[in-house]
Amino acid sequence: MSTDPHMSGLTGTVIHDIVVPARAPWLHHVKAGQTLRIVDLEGNQAVDFLLYSAADDAERYSAQDTVAAQGNLFLREGTKLLSNEGNALMTIAATSVDYHDTIGGACSCESNTLRYGHHTKSEHACVENFLEANLLEGRGKRDIVSNINFFMNVPVEPDGSLGIVDGISAPGLTVDLRAEMDVIVVVSNCPQVNNPCNGFNPTPVRMIVTA
Amino acid sequence: MTETLADPLAARDHARAQGGTVVESMPVLPPVADDLPADVGANDLVWEETIAAGGYATRRLTRGSRLRLIDGKGDACASILLFNAEMPTERLNVADTVKVQWNAYLGEGRLLLSDMGRVMMSIVADDAGTHDTFCGTSNPAINLAKYGEGRNSGAFPSGRDRFLLGAAKHGLGRRDVHPCVTLFKGARIEADGAITPEVGPFEPGRSVILRAEMDVIVVIANVPHVLDPRPEYTVTPLRASAWRGPVTGEDDPVRSATPEGLRAFENVEDYFRR
Repeated sequence: MSTDPHMSGLTGTVIHDIVVPARAPWLHHVKAGQTLRIVDLEGNQAVDFLLYSAADDAERYSAQDTVAAQGNLFLREGTKLLSNEGNALMTIAATSVDYHDTIGGACSCESNTLRYGHHTKSEHACVENFLEANLLEGRGKRDIVSNINFFMNVPVEPDGSLGIVDGISAPGLTVDLRAEMDVIVVVSNCPQVNNPCNGFNPTPVRMIVTA
Repeated sequence: MTETLADPLAARDHARAQGGTVVESMPVLPPVADDLPADVGANDLVWEETIAAGGYATRRLTRGSRLRLIDGKGDACASILLFNAEMPTERLNVADTVKVQWNAYLGEGRLLLSDMGRVMMSIVADDAGTHDTFCGTSNPAINLAKYGEGRNSGAFPSGRDRFLLGAAKHGLGRRDVHPCVTLFKGARIEADGAITPEVGPFEPGRSVILRAEMDVIVVIANVPHVLDPRPEYTVTPLRASAWRGPVTGEDDPVRSATPEGLRAFENVEDYFRR
């Protein structure tokens, strides 16, 4: 038995285990039936997450299909992450955080100019990470769609007000994703320093894949 | 009949005899509308079309154009994709639209933002108020489960399939059909994240006017809201009119309403500084 607390509850053989540095991209192919665990090592780190069908990457994660199918904005244990064609790409098999966001999108150099001012244009952003990783496999800007933000909290008030607020995650909390088909996972370990999505301090996360 | 139409000239006459037919859902060419705002000249009308229930339409509109949508019978549902017409990799970003404006409920004064930090269209008039930025539109699998059939060529086509056809007519493909906004049907969010659809039917005649802040390709699918609880495929025709108008000036109240929105206008003005 492993004494590593981040492995707690995981079954099967570990076939991939890596720490993604703060601010960095990560791309990995996960086979049907395998489980990806994301560990928020230091707490309150937003993990921006895109997902493609490995067999046909024009089929990809759809935030709108996912929330419409469950009639709820928040991604919780049991949520099926649906594609733009209505198929389950992955399922949230377990999570030690109550819910995750999929309406806040990813930060970009361009949206940062709107939210914080033009002085932030040069800062590294999630869309840069998504592009950097996707370009390795021939995907480009047309392949960036609304994403998931694991460990991020975006409540919607009765008047429609919303914003990224202080996270509900903590050091060592996890989310486990079971692949329902062969998928490509693209992650931006969010570099944002202008909002509370990662406590104004980007930190590393750990990715563990078991088969 | 068959014998007659075996003759090409008879077939031609038969086909030609159908010209001039007027139905409820169709484009009007040249465009005519007897209800334009008083300050809009008839010659500035560029598009007049009633989009069928279950149908779609797409149009390229130049910067400054106004697009008016009217839910004439109270059950239209206008799901909309937007592209920058000269660079379609730039497109509507629903997440940025709600995040940057700190609010998810569309209405007068709200902006539709691109993934390049620019405003694509702004909502300059809205007497509906029930719109949806969260749920997207239906796909064939949803319609098959709900209505027994979801094919594009069938009686209950889905919003995604309508979008694919509309986008394809501008050379765009499956990678380009992205999250959309839906006008006239709403989605209220409860504290626990639960979505309550607001699908009406509503009072007939509600309208929204959008202003193009860059040259845009608009694709509109008029299909039932994806969370419409009614078992029947329920949707009524949607009227679209568009007319030329001035590019938004520095004194425009929508342009300067918020610091985030002002920077979105500054970014689009910078893009057109050529």
